[in-house]
Amino acid sequence: MTLDYPDEPAEDFPTPPRDVVDDEGREIHFRRGTDDREALVEMYTDFHPEDRAQGIPPSREPQIREWLDTVAERDCGIVLASHRGHLVGHGMLVADDEGGYELALFVLREYQGAGIGTELLRTLLGLGQEIGVERVWLSVERWNDPAIRVYEKVGFERVDSASFEIEMALRLH
Amino acid sequence: MQILLGLDGSELSVRALDRTIERASETGDSLTVAVYVDTTDETLDDLEQLARDRIGSATVDAAVHRIEGDPGSGLLELAADGYDRIVLGGGTISPMGKIRLGDVVEFVLANATTTVTLVR
Repeated sequence: MTLDYPDEPAEDFPTPPRDVVDDEGREIHFRRGTDDREALVEMYTDFHPEDRAQGIPPSREPQIREWLDTVAERDCGIVLASHRGHLVGHGMLVADDEGGYELALFVLREYQGAGIGTELLRTLLGLGQEIGVERVWLSVERWNDPAIRVYEKVGFERVDSASFEIEMALRLH
Repeated sequence: MQILLGLDGSELSVRALDRTIERASETGDSLTVAVYVDTTDETLDDLEQLARDRIGSATVDAAVHRIEGDPGSGLLELAADGYDRIVLGGGTISPMGKIRLGDVVEFVLANATTTVTLVR
């Protein structure tokens, strides 16, 4: 996909590992993800159906595994958020075929609205900067205003909104 | 039943074609495959060939129609010609696995007066 990325790179973002206290006073640990398949399957099995977007995450375990396998075939940057040892959030940068990376974030419903998504996003972008990712894009459903605001806050710009989804792009370097 | 299937060569559109051929050969529905250039680099010739290869030796009453110009309005114009159903693949799949419907699917869903089936 050919996208118009911003000319200027974004600010410097924090890198994993780091600990952040969320708006509810919970201590959230952010770390780089590697081989965390079973913990991810468990998190996604608990994922609230209404929090799915554009077909992901899939709802049943075999499809969740298949999805994680397919994504893992590409070059990925992963950040995991956990609370008391349990995964509560998963952010990914997945290489496309044009040198850019597609971004997506997932946070369990009980942990939404407490600033975890924002910190997961910033930490993931920090990891991206660390591993040399230059261009990041994402698509978000056009009625998802809270998410769009968070993406805009870190510097994503809208590049396309002719359809049900809005596409946004960011330059990291 | 007269079925009109839209094919632009994307993964999901090819999957929709295969399933529709399979189904039509069981039900005896007649199938028109409308090919158009949209989300892939394939030409109308490539797409027509692709459609004919997929239809192959299936025992199905099938024809191939080329849509030149705007695919969305071309599909609707054709559909008004006595079709009972439009079948489309649900768009493209991003590296992350997200489904993107695409402009043609959205246009057809919003404007069709015929039943539309999205194959996933």
